[in-house]
Amino acid sequence: MTEFLQHVVNGVSLGTIYALIALGYTMVYGVLKLINFAHGDVYMAAAFAGFYIATALDVRDHPTIGKAVVVFLGAMAVAGAMGWAIERFAYRPLRNRPRLATLITAIGISFLLEYGFQLPSLQAQGRTFEEVLRGWGWGVPGWLDALVGALPSTFPPGPTPRFFPEPFTRVDWTVFGGVHVSNYDVVSFLVAVGFMLGLQWIVYRTRFGTAMRAVSFDPRVAGLMGIPVNRVISATFVLGSVLAAVAALLVAGSRPRIDPIMGLMPGLKAFVAAVFGGIGNVPGAMLGGIALGLAEEMVAGYTVSSFRDGIAFAMLILVLILRPEGLLGRVTVEKV
Amino acid sequence: MRPVRLVLRSVAPFLVALPILWFVQGALPSYHSFVFINIAVNVILAVSLNVVNGFTGQFSIGHAAFMAVGAYTAALVTTGMEAFQVVGLPPAASDALIFFVALLAGMAMASLAGLLVGIPSLRLRGDYLAIVTLGFGEIIRVVIENTRVLGQATGISGLPAYTNVVWAGMGVVATVVMARRLLLSTQGRALLAIREDEVAAEAMGVDTVGWKVRAFVISAAFAGLAGALLVHKIQLVTPRMFTFVKSMEVVVMVVLGGMGSITGSVVAATLLTVALESLQAADQYRMVIFSLLLIVLMLTRPSGLFGTREIWDAVPRWLRRRADGGTP
Repeated sequence: MTEFLQHVVNGVSLGTIYALIALGYTMVYGVLKLINFAHGDVYMAAAFAGFYIATALDVRDHPTIGKAVVVFLGAMAVAGAMGWAIERFAYRPLRNRPRLATLITAIGISFLLEYGFQLPSLQAQGRTFEEVLRGWGWGVPGWLDALVGALPSTFPPGPTPRFFPEPFTRVDWTVFGGVHVSNYDVVSFLVAVGFMLGLQWIVYRTRFGTAMRAVSFDPRVAGLMGIPVNRVISATFVLGSVLAAVAALLVAGSRPRIDPIMGLMPGLKAFVAAVFGGIGNVPGAMLGGIALGLAEEMVAGYTVSSFRDGIAFAMLILVLILRPEGLLGRVTVEKV
Repeated sequence: MRPVRLVLRSVAPFLVALPILWFVQGALPSYHSFVFINIAVNVILAVSLNVVNGFTGQFSIGHAAFMAVGAYTAALVTTGMEAFQVVGLPPAASDALIFFVALLAGMAMASLAGLLVGIPSLRLRGDYLAIVTLGFGEIIRVVIENTRVLGQATGISGLPAYTNVVWAGMGVVATVVMARRLLLSTQGRALLAIREDEVAAEAMGVDTVGWKVRAFVISAAFAGLAGALLVHKIQLVTPRMFTFVKSMEVVVMVVLGGMGSITGSVVAATLLTVALESLQAADQYRMVIFSLLLIVLMLTRPSGLFGTREIWDAVPRWLRRRADGGTP
């Protein structure tokens, strides 16, 4: 029984992470009907943004709650900016093309981020950016110089994993006679639930949320009704990316090892969670995330732990065959 | 007359290619023959993926899984029968026969896997199908990593080095002939109809579900062939050779060549393989360049190098134009 409860605790803490990432997928799919493959990599980039900010603030040696908040907000801002830029420069030019073209571009962006982050930094090669450009016979425009100067000197991080500094000391509690719960679990659960409630409020109670749902229903008609469709889509990407950043930092708190391909598996699994709950449906993504987290933890706990990665996809295929619209999704009929 | 021509169209390419390949086999130094086999494997992969992604307009991103099924099946057959020799045949012929059986077994198992993946497409369209193929690819990898007979994560090593230029070249010929014959047939037109408009095709009486499943089966069989050929060159098969990254490499080849163009796939697969071989020194930049290529291609020329055109259609037209007097 204790073992079961422990698996439930672990499963829920994993599931909230999946849920946060799945929200980004589901919102973007809602407004654009696009599987944003790069979402998992925005999550990865946010973890690194948090890592660089934390390094700059020297969190490892002098952790304070104030610094933790700054790291959080900084990483959210970086992820939001990335989400905006990806939509603006990679997806928007393809808006009226076949959906397959955008999907392929999304996969391209995802690979670019994963492998781009694995390149050795110029510092590791003993060169500066300016020298590289001069070497190619190009001058350095002032804005570019400023931009590159703002990047940390160890960027890109290269393939070796980094370790996220602990923002506060870890405390383990034992409850119900043997179930271990740490303060990280509690904090991340509360933060995740807080953000999900906030999102629920934005989507169903604000003017922006109404506009978003209208665009998701029919972008063309929404545009005719005076809704700024492009701005709504941009904001949706920013919102989803910010939630991915929250997920990344919560994960980095308890599992501090971060590397450039850390976004691949959580990204794919969170997508499964979104489909499981009914893609395009906000509460469905949360439900799907928690369900997937629990399922993985149970499979890993009671059968062979290396089946963990397979269960998500097995679940996906079952859902798609038995109930393709997902748990909370609506059936849509294709009309000509 | 007609049946004879039909047989000739399918058989003649093999008869022409065999002596040429034999000659090339003898003439190429070993490093170049390794590159040649690499190119051949990628051409088979790209052309077979084109059957699903290009002809039928579906989007499969789990091609490496079929490759894995074919590779492991063939590896089991050849390692199991290594000590065995067919009675009354010289050793070389016996080995060739065993390898041929292994390749066929690999293709058969891979097409079974294709059937398995094709069935969910009964109810799925577009990007959902893409995700199912991706999920299937991951499941295959997890299953292999947990199966003792298949060597788990370390794989099977010490396979006999059966693949040579002739085998690989014949594989390419088989794949291209299959794709061309398919495209020009009634069946091919059914696939094209599904690509152009699935709802309209269904309304015109095309069995869309059946043809999608069949396209998957055909494509999977040839992916299995590619896998089987590859592992009998490098004499090793591990699950890490068949990841999502490998599937994406093939997708890039198909997209670059033009979805729906057989010769486009051949050219793109050749170009990219050679480019990757020469980039071997800068291995870390290889995937970055790949992904940039994919993005730029989609933003500027989404139809790829060739679109849906073929070289063998363009050459006769060009010759006729020259015969007519030069000016177009």
